[in-house]
Amino acid sequence: MADGLTIPRTSTPAAGVRAPSVDIYAPQWRNFIFVAPFLFFFTTLLIFPLLWGMWLSFHKADTFSSGNFVGLGNYIRLFNDKVFLQSVWNTFYFVLLTVPTLALIGLFLALCLNRRTRTAAVLRTLFFSSSVLSVTIVTLIWRIVFIPNVGLLSTIYGWFGATAPAFISDPSLAMIGIAIATVWWCIGLPMMLFLSALQQIPQDIYEAAALDNANRWQTLRSITLPSIKRTFVLVIIIQIVLQFQLFGQAWLMTRGGPNNLTKPIVLYIYDTAFRRWDLGMGAAASEILFILILIAAMAQYLVARNKADQA
Amino acid sequence: MSAPATSIKGRAFGDRVLLALVILLSIVMIAPVLWVIGLSLKENAELMADPNSVFHAPYTLKNYLNTIGTSSVFLWVGNSIIVSGGLTIGTLVLSSLAGYGFARLNFPGRNVLFVIVLFGLAVPEQAVLVARHQIFSILKFHNTYHGLILPGLSASFGVFLMTQYFKAIPKELDEAAMLDNASRFRIFWKVLLPLTVPAQATLGIFTFLGAWNDYLWPLISATKKDMYTLTVGMASTQTNFAQSEGIGFLMAQAVFAGAPILIVYLFFQKYIVTAVSGAAVR
Repeated sequence: MADGLTIPRTSTPAAGVRAPSVDIYAPQWRNFIFVAPFLFFFTTLLIFPLLWGMWLSFHKADTFSSGNFVGLGNYIRLFNDKVFLQSVWNTFYFVLLTVPTLALIGLFLALCLNRRTRTAAVLRTLFFSSSVLSVTIVTLIWRIVFIPNVGLLSTIYGWFGATAPAFISDPSLAMIGIAIATVWWCIGLPMMLFLSALQQIPQDIYEAAALDNANRWQTLRSITLPSIKRTFVLVIIIQIVLQFQLFGQAWLMTRGGPNNLTKPIVLYIYDTAFRRWDLGMGAAASEILFILILIAAMAQYLVARNKADQA
Repeated sequence: MSAPATSIKGRAFGDRVLLALVILLSIVMIAPVLWVIGLSLKENAELMADPNSVFHAPYTLKNYLNTIGTSSVFLWVGNSIIVSGGLTIGTLVLSSLAGYGFARLNFPGRNVLFVIVLFGLAVPEQAVLVARHQIFSILKFHNTYHGLILPGLSASFGVFLMTQYFKAIPKELDEAAMLDNASRFRIFWKVLLPLTVPAQATLGIFTFLGAWNDYLWPLISATKKDMYTLTVGMASTQTNFAQSEGIGFLMAQAVFAGAPILIVYLFFQKYIVTAVSGAAVR
């Protein structure tokens, strides 16, 4: 015990302080038993399906059988399918609508609510609370906001004798409606990430700035924003990965319509694989999505690692 | 008490503008929920005649009684509890064991295996969805509880979190026991596991919440009404929404399903925020 106190955190016995007669950190097969249960599920339910999915994407397959090898056939059909290309475009459009909005509002809220007052704590709780709801509840709430006649929006517009924009049925507004509901649902996470970054900025820098009579705008521009630059990039990438997976909101609010204009890639996969039962083509579409998300995830890994290096 | 950045003179006007913006955003957050609660307390006929009737009496609990009277809702809540609870317990057991193994023990191929497990973090559910569905069809796992629970057990996040946590515990604690040749499982169970309770809570709440709110997998795997989870079940009742019949009933259902989660959130806020941000940054 005393040994542990005088030499804190020198963990390896190789340091020469005390050399155990048995090397307790030597590789041993029996130690494998601790990781074996997880690895069993990991291999059978993640790695194997991942490989099977790639294999399926080169075959014409339905529910129970994996039929004939078609090579790149599914991928060629995919890129000739206007609906698929539309869904890729829709997904990018949705990401473009939501990600910058989430990052900017999240940053704004974090800057305003980064103080130790009771009001700030209550507001942080409020802005994060929507994140714990399920997509079903969120879409129910927003459909009742947007719905004509009894909707909140049309009621408010009605007070001024105006007609509310049709956020669900108007082709040019439908995706924006889904984006609004999504920002409302997801705003908690970027806010919290920015808050934790702000709290890591050393307070003495601000004190020095205050002594130099820096005004708030100068402090924000030359101290706060540069210190959280990396967090900003991280938030953007995390949100890109998350929003690329759009499914529930589009499926429950618009069913992908009107005219497939709000159909994202995941909904295309769902339609193709589980409603038209063309599993091969569904698998091919999910490989494309996988590649897109993998690129974003790699970027996240690189940014996160750089951050760790600097700390 | 306030942060140093605000302790500068001449900020009254700027502060008011910011305050106004924050209040506006707060209203955007709250108003839809209040609207839903308001509608849930109204007779449908009255709503159809004039939506502004939400702002005055009479209010009624009829919609809630109808919700409770629909036995399916309780069935779906039960299913959600079984699935989320099962997945949470399974994840805690598997992740704790594997976390201890990766953090404290050595075995051939450990580092390579850990990198592969980390790679699992980057694999989105949608990339394995189609193949998983086909495998589960062959095994006849659809419309069963294990069919809903098993896919979640392959997620790497818990292992990653527990490995980090075990690594942060000073090695002196269990080194002595290891040198005394105590069994590895005894050390894990008696010495280290009690120290990981905060991580267990974080991981447990995160897993439970994720499973409770999961939509995509239950939607394609549980196709029988009796096996719906609450999320899928509620979505299935929304189909006749456009006719605006029984809007109050739908809203009561939303409140009924959302309120418990929000109450849990208020109590476990700290853990939930830690877990969700931790999962995002990894």
